[in-house]
Amino acid sequence: MDSTGIHAALRGRFDTAVGELAPGPFEPSIEVDASAIEAVCTFLRDEEGLEFDNLSNLSGADYPDLERIQAVYSLFSYKQRHSITLRVNADRAAPVIPTVEAVWPAANWLEREIFDLLGVEFSGHCDLRRILLPEDWVGYPLRKDYEEQPDYHGISTVRESLLTMKKD
Amino acid sequence: MQAFLDTFLGDAAGLERQLGYLAGMAVFGSVVVFGFVLPFAGIVTWAERRIWARIQSRVGPNRVGPFGFLQWLADGVKNILKEDLIPTVADRPLFRFAPYVVMVGFIAAFVCVPFSSDLIIADLNIGILYVTAVTSLVVVGILMAGWSSNNRWSLLGGIRAATQIISYEIPASLSIFPAVLLSGTLSMQGIIGAQGAAPWQWHMFHSPFTLLGFGLFFTAALAEGNRTPFDLAEAESELVAGFATEYSGMRSTLFFMAEWGNLYVIGALVTTLYMGGWQLPQFTYNPVLMNLAQAGVFMGKSFACVFFMIWLRATLPRVRVDQLMAMCWKYMVPLAMLSVFGTATLMVALPNGSHTLRMATFAVVVGVVIRFAFKVRFHLKRARELDYSSLSSGASQGLSS
Amino acid sequence: MSVELEVHNSQGLPTEEMTLNMGPQHPSTHGVLRFIVKADGEVMRRAIPDIGYLHRSIEKIAEKVGWHGFMPYTDRVDYVAAMACNQGWAMAAEQLADIEVPRRGEYCRVIAAELSRICSHLLGVGAMGMDMGAITPFTHAIRERDMIMDLIEELCGARLTFNYMRIGGVAWDLPHGFVEKVSHYLDHLEPVIEEFNQLLGFNRIYVKRLADVATVDADMAIAWGLVGPNLRGSGVDFDVRRDLPYSVYEDFDFDVPLGSGEMGSIGDSWDRYIVRMREMVESIRILRQALAGIPEGPVIARVARNFKPPVGDVHVKIEAPRGEQSWYVSSDGSEYPHRVHIRTGSFTAMGIIDRLSHGLMIADLVAVIASMDIVAPEVDR
Repeated sequence: MDSTGIHAALRGRFDTAVGELAPGPFEPSIEVDASAIEAVCTFLRDEEGLEFDNLSNLSGADYPDLERIQAVYSLFSYKQRHSITLRVNADRAAPVIPTVEAVWPAANWLEREIFDLLGVEFSGHCDLRRILLPEDWVGYPLRKDYEEQPDYHGISTVRESLLTMKKD
Repeated sequence: MQAFLDTFLGDAAGLERQLGYLAGMAVFGSVVVFGFVLPFAGIVTWAERRIWARIQSRVGPNRVGPFGFLQWLADGVKNILKEDLIPTVADRPLFRFAPYVVMVGFIAAFVCVPFSSDLIIADLNIGILYVTAVTSLVVVGILMAGWSSNNRWSLLGGIRAATQIISYEIPASLSIFPAVLLSGTLSMQGIIGAQGAAPWQWHMFHSPFTLLGFGLFFTAALAEGNRTPFDLAEAESELVAGFATEYSGMRSTLFFMAEWGNLYVIGALVTTLYMGGWQLPQFTYNPVLMNLAQAGVFMGKSFACVFFMIWLRATLPRVRVDQLMAMCWKYMVPLAMLSVFGTATLMVALPNGSHTLRMATFAVVVGVVIRFAFKVRFHLKRARELDYSSLSSGASQGLSS
Repeated sequence: MSVELEVHNSQGLPTEEMTLNMGPQHPSTHGVLRFIVKADGEVMRRAIPDIGYLHRSIEKIAEKVGWHGFMPYTDRVDYVAAMACNQGWAMAAEQLADIEVPRRGEYCRVIAAELSRICSHLLGVGAMGMDMGAITPFTHAIRERDMIMDLIEELCGARLTFNYMRIGGVAWDLPHGFVEKVSHYLDHLEPVIEEFNQLLGFNRIYVKRLADVATVDADMAIAWGLVGPNLRGSGVDFDVRRDLPYSVYEDFDFDVPLGSGEMGSIGDSWDRYIVRMREMVESIRILRQALAGIPEGPVIARVARNFKPPVGDVHVKIEAPRGEQSWYVSSDGSEYPHRVHIRTGSFTAMGIIDRLSHGLMIADLVAVIASMDIVAPEVDR
């Protein structure tokens, strides 16, 4: 099924919770409301003809000038061999997106990574804690306004300039 | 040994004679332990590394001494000079004592190893029973090491090793019985005496049951010695070194020397029980020459067993612990019982042994060996000489020298 | 931190659960991975992975070094099979800027990628053997890998982190005599793979260690996001090179090996091993076809030095040796990418380990990690 058909099916079921099909410069994508994402994903997985059984990629991107953090879901169907991209926008001040862990277990770690690096809270996640960075790290590195903490457990994170380093 | 010592003691009697025997045995024991066993434990590491290297298409140690022969000495010196670390939370007395227990358990077995008809420290009339009993001391040492390290991985490794060794005592001891039954004695020299010099006169080929006993004894002894494919206690990817994790320097070397030296003990036991020991046709009446030749034969056979065990370690993967236990209790013990009862039944049915059965067993084994040799020869002929410089190019020619 | 939980064993007797730490340092080629194992004696209840020891913030670095400058960093995403990662990045940038790579460049890419695939699989199965205790097949695999690295060194000057591909093609053309050398080497390699399989793959002890261990059925593999040989070992017939073809893979004729439960059940560890062995043979087929059919022409398209693709984002999927890598690259029209995200095969494979480990023995945990061919750089980036 091509993206217009998938979009039509989604629109028919979820009406305005699902946005317009953005043809995009490179690949078509559909914007989905954060509150409806889990229902949408369950529908996409279970519906006859759609059968998106795999969450291929879940990325987060920070758009500070648009005041939002966007989560991009790339879904793939092994049965039907089609794919679709969903976008969910979250408010940058307090980003919260419902988890889709119940739909695809693969989302568990992917969401933890986005939480770790971008600070998006996935409500309903069973084990939302940092995955790549240490548990006591402060800040979300992939945000555009991230300032690194000056030291971590006493180890300085500032690299001395080679010009001003004393010669030993 | 005592007969040999008698020539020196003349007609001394009573306590003097006993002290003379004791002194002679102590001297010979020291020669054996310090002159043969401990250097052998070192040299076998060199041999192991060179043999593995050939199997793995690389070179092995070749810098320190001719063909890298002094590598083991260099490693020994390095280990002695290493810092002796004892974890603060470890149980210090047990921690220090464990390697010595393991060494004692292993060296004490050499009391009964018959190098030739006269060269044996003490020909106990319970020889093989003594050897089996005393090598069990190693288990105590391993458990001590695993427990006193105060480290969960060491404990796991120590318990696994102890379980393995204790379990495999059963098939090992059961597989000794066919040889003992056929020889009618537990004494090592007696067992060898019941065999002959020619291969088909060895206990191994007496009947299919004793052949089975030989195979089982070899496998069970491998498991007792913690060698691959049964080395899960030490090299398993518990990802640390099992019971010897916390040991450094010479203490850990003692553990591993016990393991490598144990290779020789296994080889010696297999040779004695099933492969005819030092038996050689009488070609001279000069006792010194005869003894030397017999010792040479014994060494040759036990080194062949050691080589086979080194070869096996390079080739096979490891067995998992539950598969190991299943193999012991569900397969090897019943087969060992079969071998014992079969030998006993044959002895009753055919009191003088059956020459045809013996020759038939020998012929079957020789046939298998020849077929194996042919298969290997086929592969060796197919193996091409690798011309590295033609596969890669000037890029690496400039770097290689 | 150890928490001893009072649990009850099958006879209803109270026992203690042991918490073991399979720490980040260990003698294994899989890299710095840490597992917190909660075990009841020998049998595990859970094996919780703790990752991040090799996190180098490669994705953040992309936002700082720009489009061209990121290419060497992509090698480090999976340094065991670096060509595939190069290709993923190059393809994403080319899609964004609508650049067409010349055919000879594409053929060079395929040759490099397939050589890298053989390298990676050799290391994967060799390490698997070594974790099982068979030390010899590992040395043979490394020997073969060394010869491939000699060939690649001739091609691009590096043996591990290649930096061979560029946005728009590849950096250098094939050297003189390269085609003959690679063909000669492939003639040598095929019987070696066969010998390797005889020595290791069908060895009874090895099969018993792997058969029926950590079986992943097809539905579970798809839901948990397993990809590549892990997915094909569970019987799912999908390969990005054949089903969503990219580069010039449509020109080549090759089979996709699947796990079939020969030695146990479909989707057990042995199936994942044999899929890798057979994939090496298929890679050799592709290589031969590519070497025979490589056209003449340039190897790289003209690309601006200050590369500024239009605004937008794209998902690119490639078949890396460890599974499908999904590259999400977002451009904001400037010289620096806005966001790069790489979803690697090893990352999702690590995610499933906790689920699989219940009821396995501690020795099996190593078998599972090795059969999933997890390498730390891919997990942590």
